[in-house]
Amino acid sequence: MTPPPISNDSEAIGPPLADETGGGVSEFNLKHIASLARLHFEEKDLKVFESQVAGILKFVDELRKVNVDGVEPTSHPLPLTNVFREDEIKPSLNVEEFQKNSPQVRGRFFEVPKVIEDKS
Amino acid sequence: MNSLADKTASELSELYKKNSCTQKEILDSLTQAIHSKDGKLNAYVKFEQTRPIHRKPPATKARHQNIGGQASADGDLRSPLWGVPIAIKDNICVEGQEASCASKILQNYIAPYNATVIEKLLDAGAVIFGRTNMDEFAFGSSCETSFYGPAKNPWDLARVPGGSSGGSAASVASRTAIAALGSDTGGSIRQPAALCGIVGLKPTYGRVSRYGLIAFASSLDQIGPMTRDVRDSALLLNVIAGYDPKDSTSADVPVPDYTSFLGQSIKGMKIGMPKEYFKEGLSKEVGEAIKSAVKKLEGLGAVVSEVSLPHTEHAVNVYYIVAPSEASSNLARFDGVRFGYRNKSAQTLKEMYEKSRGDGFGAEAKRRIILGTFALSSGYYDAYYLKAMKVRTKIKSDFDEAFKKVDVLLTPTAPSPAFKIGEKTEDPLQMYLSDIYTISANLAGVPAISIPCGFSKNNLPIGLQFLAKPFDEGTLFKVSHAFEQATEFHKQKPEEPSS
Repeated sequence: MTPPPISNDSEAIGPPLADETGGGVSEFNLKHIASLARLHFEEKDLKVFESQVAGILKFVDELRKVNVDGVEPTSHPLPLTNVFREDEIKPSLNVEEFQKNSPQVRGRFFEVPKVIEDKS
Repeated sequence: MNSLADKTASELSELYKKNSCTQKEILDSLTQAIHSKDGKLNAYVKFEQTRPIHRKPPATKARHQNIGGQASADGDLRSPLWGVPIAIKDNICVEGQEASCASKILQNYIAPYNATVIEKLLDAGAVIFGRTNMDEFAFGSSCETSFYGPAKNPWDLARVPGGSSGGSAASVASRTAIAALGSDTGGSIRQPAALCGIVGLKPTYGRVSRYGLIAFASSLDQIGPMTRDVRDSALLLNVIAGYDPKDSTSADVPVPDYTSFLGQSIKGMKIGMPKEYFKEGLSKEVGEAIKSAVKKLEGLGAVVSEVSLPHTEHAVNVYYIVAPSEASSNLARFDGVRFGYRNKSAQTLKEMYEKSRGDGFGAEAKRRIILGTFALSSGYYDAYYLKAMKVRTKIKSDFDEAFKKVDVLLTPTAPSPAFKIGEKTEDPLQMYLSDIYTISANLAGVPAISIPCGFSKNNLPIGLQFLAKPFDEGTLFKVSHAFEQATEFHKQKPEEPSS
């Protein structure tokens, strides 16, 4: 299995086009992924992080060699399916107490910058 | 002269039983040890601001009998952990105390509730005593990514204590803690235990509730004991193990009295050595220490043979897809809204998320968030995350096959003794490879323990690892205790750190 390469276009939406050469991770684009992860990087740090993460991806790419035909994925070590509990009312955390950890609250709400003016 | 801080939990329990010491004397002795040593070790986080917590245990006779409880001099039935101070890794929630995961983004976050392990320790009468340093969000193998600066190895202050539970390991080894809790996602209890010369147990996935453990990778994380000997490890697991309705991934499997496995003969026990663990990358000194440990075990009657875990070489690759993927998802909650650090200059909501996270997370956390986001992103999910989960199945089946032939597996815990501070910080991949022998246990969910098995020529501790079938911690205690009783390594302690 060959992973497709990453688009260089940081504004790209959805999966980038497949690349027949399978060049893959060498074209890893940090800015695009950072935007998906809502993570700001200083311009000066971009190059170092990009090459470090590309190096790690190249390393994990070794997995391409493993044949997994017909193998079921393991997402979890225990064979758990749905776990249900009784539908009972129980005391929960005190709102005021919990809000003490928030950087900005108003009344019983968490306050954030205006959302309707956010162009992105 | 031995101070009370030098005692193990089981020794303290004996002293209490005879009424020959008080809780205050023990806490004073530890506090004194911390004042004299921790300035150099940096094993504790904000020690002065963290008050010990103890509460009168409920009179649940039956429970304390189950965990080996005994009558004190005044006739009360007490758990063996009564009055024993336990240090807690900074990613486990203790109500009213800061739980920062050694990260800037969680500075000043006060946990509003107790983790289940904390409730269980308090119910057993233990004293919650101090919070220990760690790699930020448990991302690391050296304790160097901590926002509070690195913890040091008590055997050589120029070296790392291992990680991520480096503060827990350093405090227990240096006699500034009696015992500690750590968490292990890819070796974070066992590797620092090996590098500091103590006992570290990663229980079976699901054996211990994760409720109140700030999540790193939810399908891999387990809380476990870090102690000076095997008996204390069993005593602590007795208390913290068990099903918890608050953690739907905890397993409803009966908890035996783990101390009942101590002192048993290992005559005829089948020990397998996976040949893939003894290839290039293993330092000569560690290899030799393991070799003599094998001789010792054979002398005790164990039957040692070679086995194969053929997919071992892929474990680190799988781990560095699965763990960052789960981490990137778990760390999405740190967005500057409900708790933690917020960048106040941001004008828009998106900018507020990005800058709060950009300012709040350290370099290794950022690398892992990026790796995970990439592996889960549209177009790459199948090639990375799904592929890794399938190879994980193969790694797990390797263990299933091996445990059809042997009772327990023996491997080195870490490829080398403690490395120098700064030696691997510039090269993330080199750092990742220090967990090469510990990662598989988390991927497969099996229990594993690291115990001291020797010293390098520079007098640095070396650890060996035993792995067993799921929920067979009893066998780990049995073989570890037999080895420990036949050797003296666990009795060695580092000299006082000199200035």
